[in-house]
Amino acid sequence: MELNARIPSGPIEEKWDNHRFEMKLVNPANKRKYDVIIVGSGLAGASAAATMGELGYRVKVFTYHDSPRRAHSIAAQGGINAAKNYQNDGDSVFRLFYDTVKGGDFRSREANVYRLAQISLNIIDQAVAQGVPFAREYGGQLANRSFGGAQVSRTFYARGQTGQQLLLGAYQALERQVAAGTVQVDTRSEMLDLVVIDGVARGIVTRDMLSGEIRSHVADAVVLGTGGYSNVFFLSTNAKACNVTATWRAHRRGAGFANPCYTQIHPTCIPPSGDYQSKLTLMSESLRNDGRIWVPKKEGDNRPASQIPEAERDYYLERLYPSFGNLTPRDIASRRAKEMVDAGHGVGERNNGVFLDFSHAIERLGADAISERYGNLFAMYEKITGEDPYKRPMRIYPAPHYTMGGLWVDYDLMSNVPGLFVIGEANFSDHGANRLGASALMQGLADGYFVVPMTIGNYLARVKPGGVDTSHAAFADVEREAKGRMDRLLSAQGSRTVDSFHIELGRLMWNACGMARSEEGLKDALKRIPELREQFWRDVRVPGSGATLNQSLEKAGRVADFMEFAEVMCWDALTRDESAGAHYRVEHTTDEGEAKRDDENFAHAAVWEFKGVGEDPVRHTEPLDFENVQLSQRSYK
Amino acid sequence: MRLTLHVWRQASSRDTGRFETFDAPDVSEHMSFLEMLDVVNERITQEGGEPIAFEHDCREGICGSCGMVVNGRPHGPQSLTTACQLHMRSFNDGDEIWIEPWRANSFPVIKDLVVDRSPFDRIIEAGGYISVRTGSAPDGNTFPVPKQFADEAFDAATCIGCGACVAACPNASAMLFTSAKVAHLGLLPQGQTERWDRVLGMVETHDEEGFGNCTNHGACQNACPKGISVDYIARLNRDLVKATLRARPAEAKDA
Repeated sequence: MELNARIPSGPIEEKWDNHRFEMKLVNPANKRKYDVIIVGSGLAGASAAATMGELGYRVKVFTYHDSPRRAHSIAAQGGINAAKNYQNDGDSVFRLFYDTVKGGDFRSREANVYRLAQISLNIIDQAVAQGVPFAREYGGQLANRSFGGAQVSRTFYARGQTGQQLLLGAYQALERQVAAGTVQVDTRSEMLDLVVIDGVARGIVTRDMLSGEIRSHVADAVVLGTGGYSNVFFLSTNAKACNVTATWRAHRRGAGFANPCYTQIHPTCIPPSGDYQSKLTLMSESLRNDGRIWVPKKEGDNRPASQIPEAERDYYLERLYPSFGNLTPRDIASRRAKEMVDAGHGVGERNNGVFLDFSHAIERLGADAISERYGNLFAMYEKITGEDPYKRPMRIYPAPHYTMGGLWVDYDLMSNVPGLFVIGEANFSDHGANRLGASALMQGLADGYFVVPMTIGNYLARVKPGGVDTSHAAFADVEREAKGRMDRLLSAQGSRTVDSFHIELGRLMWNACGMARSEEGLKDALKRIPELREQFWRDVRVPGSGATLNQSLEKAGRVADFMEFAEVMCWDALTRDESAGAHYRVEHTTDEGEAKRDDENFAHAAVWEFKGVGEDPVRHTEPLDFENVQLSQRSYK
Repeated sequence: MRLTLHVWRQASSRDTGRFETFDAPDVSEHMSFLEMLDVVNERITQEGGEPIAFEHDCREGICGSCGMVVNGRPHGPQSLTTACQLHMRSFNDGDEIWIEPWRANSFPVIKDLVVDRSPFDRIIEAGGYISVRTGSAPDGNTFPVPKQFADEAFDAATCIGCGACVAACPNASAMLFTSAKVAHLGLLPQGQTERWDRVLGMVETHDEEGFGNCTNHGACQNACPKGISVDYIARLNRDLVKATLRARPAEAKDA
């Protein structure tokens, strides 16, 4: 597997500009001769489709939703960063770049991150021009707030619904292109596989989720904007339909999968309430600005919070991290919460949470001020738990959230399979081992609006349009395989539901490859995953037929791919014999219990090559150079 | 608690539907409404039946996927609450619950509780956007937006496109949905150049898609999980009258 990141030469500030100048261009009259397929309609996919349609390419978008507007980007709450320095507090492109590289625990690629920081300026302008209703100050100027991991106010927000508003902006731009005839959107169609001809990505095979029809689609380039995979844990903050299928299928066809073990565990979710639990709900990280986190000092103390006196409470984050307190980064806050619960200090009926307490803030500022800041979150919490957070502390616990791993891409966001581009959360490029707040929306939109529409031209200018159609034998082969897989799932007629397998896999992964990982646990998981997978194919029950809307069949196909993907995730966690950001190996901690990196041996991206189901995958590396930010130990004490 | 569910089952838009009754003997008050359906579906699957098809995704009340009529009310008995955020503590032991899909000719049933809401996308296509080329936007602070307008535009923009307004309206009108977008963009300085064309295009498509007219019942506002106000419909009507009195610059749009 050849891994050439193709990072442009020159000083970091000039790389993107120089590269754009050096790119080959496609003559505007020729652009309409090129077909581009985009899979996924979230922030990355929709913005890429709208922009490429505008540029003149023939674009086809595929989404499994009934409308592009449902993509999970819509659920993002907090905000989006941009180095505008509107607050005059010393922000700059370089500072955003610096914070992101450091926040990622020095496991991301400098050149990509710098470009992201540069483009952040254009994203805000673009969104404002589209009518995204960002918060404003009384003078009519854009408002900003601060967010975890940064000491400047650079986060733009639309109440607690920033993702929704940004996605609707991109969706509306996309629908405008649909009306103009440059983009076609196929809703309710799921990508089942990638078609590679002579080593080049030339199309995809989809299933029409209403008729069950399996169809081939040819293109000159394929773009995947299909999001992350944290539903491998079954319980996560992701929407129920989020899955790994598109990227996993591309991986099976030769695309390298980079850093799959980097999964962010978000500290402020509502703890599970029972075995029927279907997903977890994130409460905004902003709550930690005023909420104080604590547990009872005494193990197994089941008294209600109001009956536990101050002296018997352990405000453990404030105790351990006096300067950052409750605002320590996500990975640290998550780990400490798990330790408290594991040591028997958990609160709530199921002893599976820690308190996030607003009583001091309410005393200091009044209930009205707190309601103005967090009212919608408090209402949401009460709706879900039936408990009033104005009267008793919230209960929170960490949950799988964003995934920093993904398909390996070069500087142009092209995978190692020519013609296959990967954008947004689906690629691995910008966040390293840890993603800071308000940076996911930024990356999705940077990739979609500003990077891939340029770099894809650089690729297309070198290839002749067309030349292959769906009558090529490769399409028939892939269609046959996809049909075979569907038939096999439908005919197994075993005794267990799809969900029961997914839940079992999720538990296994959470225990072995969740917030803390050990060599022993990972080796055990690597033994048990193939057994579970074998049992799945033998004993799964998928009711109904393949010729209509069949939600069980859709789920079954996705869980089947999680069963294979889980293995490479554990391989990655096992071979990365260090702790970095969200990847925490219990064998590698500092004396103070923090993650301990090994820069000498692991300052690289690990990229996996597929060798067959059940075969050991092969590990390749892309060394990461840090020329502009010095490697240092993160400290939040 | 123990519940009895009467669920609308319909194999396709060509099939005639009917209610089917299910026993739900082990419902916890902590479950969301959709988790309760998950549990019922697991049992149906175990017993060799076909689970109830319903739409859902984020389960955080924001994607707009989940839509079902519960005991005659879109998204169920709680106000300002989507079906995924409705919890079983809103029901009592022994309750009978009737669950149906959105009812509107413009939203044909696909299967069980799943309906086709693609007309909403086509209404947006007809002008629910601001035309701006990627990369050509001026600095974000070039146009100041008074906070009051920004907040009002935001309130309108929170529509999740779930379709509850249509399901609740005796005329199956989508005016609340359409007016929310018209108001959101019409309240902002960026949205002024296309303001009149937008309202004409969106209302025309709204009618072509078979949605009825607004006759001021207000049921849409009561059903809306995001509290979108019928005031926006009044605003839309004012803009529509103004736009009709102007010559429609159709040629300009085609240029």
